[in-house]
Amino acid sequence: MIFKGMAYTFGNDVDTDAIIPARYLSTSDPEVLKRHCMEDADPSFPDKVKPGDVIVAGKNFGCGSSREHAPIAIKAAGVSCVIASSFARIFFRNSFNMGLPIFESDEAARSIRQGDTLEVDAGTGLITDLTTGERFQARPIPAFMQELIADGGLMEHIRKRRGI
Amino acid sequence: MGMTIAEKILAAHTPSEGFRPGDIIKVDVDVALANDITAPIAIQEFRRSGAAGMAHADRVVFVLDHFTPTKDIASANQCKYVRDFALEQGMKHFFDGGEAGVEHALLPEKGLVLPGDLVIGADSHTCTYGALGAFATGVGSTDLAAAMLTGQAWMKVPATMKFVFNGTLRPWVGGKDLILYLIGKIGVDGALYKVMEMEGPAISALPLADRLSMSNMAIEAGGKAGIIAADAVTEAYVKPRAARSYTVYRSDPDAAYESVITFDCAGIEPQVAFPHLPENARGVSEAGDVRIDQVVIGSCTNGRIEDLQLAARILKGRRVAKGLRCLVLPATPAVFRQASKEGLIDIFLDAGAIVGPPTCGPCLGGHMGILAKGEKALATTNRNFVGRMGDTESEVYLSGPAVAAASALTGKITAPQEVME
Repeated sequence: MIFKGMAYTFGNDVDTDAIIPARYLSTSDPEVLKRHCMEDADPSFPDKVKPGDVIVAGKNFGCGSSREHAPIAIKAAGVSCVIASSFARIFFRNSFNMGLPIFESDEAARSIRQGDTLEVDAGTGLITDLTTGERFQARPIPAFMQELIADGGLMEHIRKRRGI
Repeated sequence: MGMTIAEKILAAHTPSEGFRPGDIIKVDVDVALANDITAPIAIQEFRRSGAAGMAHADRVVFVLDHFTPTKDIASANQCKYVRDFALEQGMKHFFDGGEAGVEHALLPEKGLVLPGDLVIGADSHTCTYGALGAFATGVGSTDLAAAMLTGQAWMKVPATMKFVFNGTLRPWVGGKDLILYLIGKIGVDGALYKVMEMEGPAISALPLADRLSMSNMAIEAGGKAGIIAADAVTEAYVKPRAARSYTVYRSDPDAAYESVITFDCAGIEPQVAFPHLPENARGVSEAGDVRIDQVVIGSCTNGRIEDLQLAARILKGRRVAKGLRCLVLPATPAVFRQASKEGLIDIFLDAGAIVGPPTCGPCLGGHMGILAKGEKALATTNRNFVGRMGDTESEVYLSGPAVAAASALTGKITAPQEVME
């Protein structure tokens, strides 16, 4: 699958309170959560993000809480994938478990600028900045996690394979 | 090659052999935990699977502690959804109302987590149980749903970093100060994906409550688990509470560590983490003149009886500063009762503090102590991200209960010895 969209850049250590503040956690409805996605990092983000757009961030993206509401909000907002130098571990597993594609590339995270148009090949992990022509290779995804993505998340994986 | 505690616990819970850091293995789960925020998604996913019952209902624990006592209609609906499921399934370990407390204080108290256990929890501070010699790690709601369905979870085998604390603690220094100091040294992703194993003479001398505070914040360094080997102190706590057998694991002398970092406690004073990351830790003597509007003493980090005893020692016979709100939230009903018996509640009320029910409430900006624009709080909680306790232009500082209590008296960040000498 090929994703294409505009880059929204964020800094290091973007925490889950910035992605979806706890004051909105009295619901898990994606339609409500998406209206507050990234609100405490950039209040205008929910209004301006378009389907296919890409979040690009520095190290330790998604640190903090285990709330799955964070990847749910990002996915529901129409974001096609997240590129970061590194991901906090619970956010990392949550994304695979519920089918939000994420890519680790320090080089891409450092080079891509706000507003650049990106193309991401989910199969190969090749990230192309169409604005600058630069190309980046994301870190390979372990085989088990590729299975999770192919199956459509952890629960579908279990359903298909009758076990984790 | 020897093994670490983490590797031994993983090996005891998986059919996989000869696994190495980075490998993905399937593990059997002894305890799977969720709360009123994370359980609803897990239940939805579980329901969607079509299964009638859980693989091991007696290993699943739900605690309604975050937005409780329910703060609004939406949170009430969320709690009701979890409650209805728990009652329908006849769940043995469902904690609600007057039986609920802050989950990571409650589960050890109830003897539900034991040394050698493999625990997953849809709450990032599940790593708290590492202080009992368990492998405990935070996961998401979908992981919880999978564990409810299959009794299993997937794990990427982590490497282990060892942290050795030598020497003896200075006055007013506790486990919270040690872990803030550690995070200050390695940063909020200094242990990303790693197990943090903490040991040394200073750790051996620590009460269990302080060890739980330390393991609690392993996630604030990005850690997957924060393990302290069970010893006589652990067993004295665990044994009378355990309703099943357990195994104490120790790391082999030739176990492989990714790194070993040693600290001398002689150089560590009470710590304060400045906004907006736990890694912004500094000694309280270097805090400068920081006026505060609110103090919160409680949470899964520092809401245990030992924490309240320490705060009461400082607040006794004194009054909190005019214009400052001091909230004391005992973490569990048993802690509340004990505090009441020991006269601590009177001390807090006499000092002008607010004593509230066990709840995570203000820690995550849920309810009961939300900050206005421009306000500053000093809290014994574990996170000080932007907007964590209220308005995005408010600030949270983190400390142990001694600094929090001393600061409540003066209205600014204050070293305990300043008010006690």
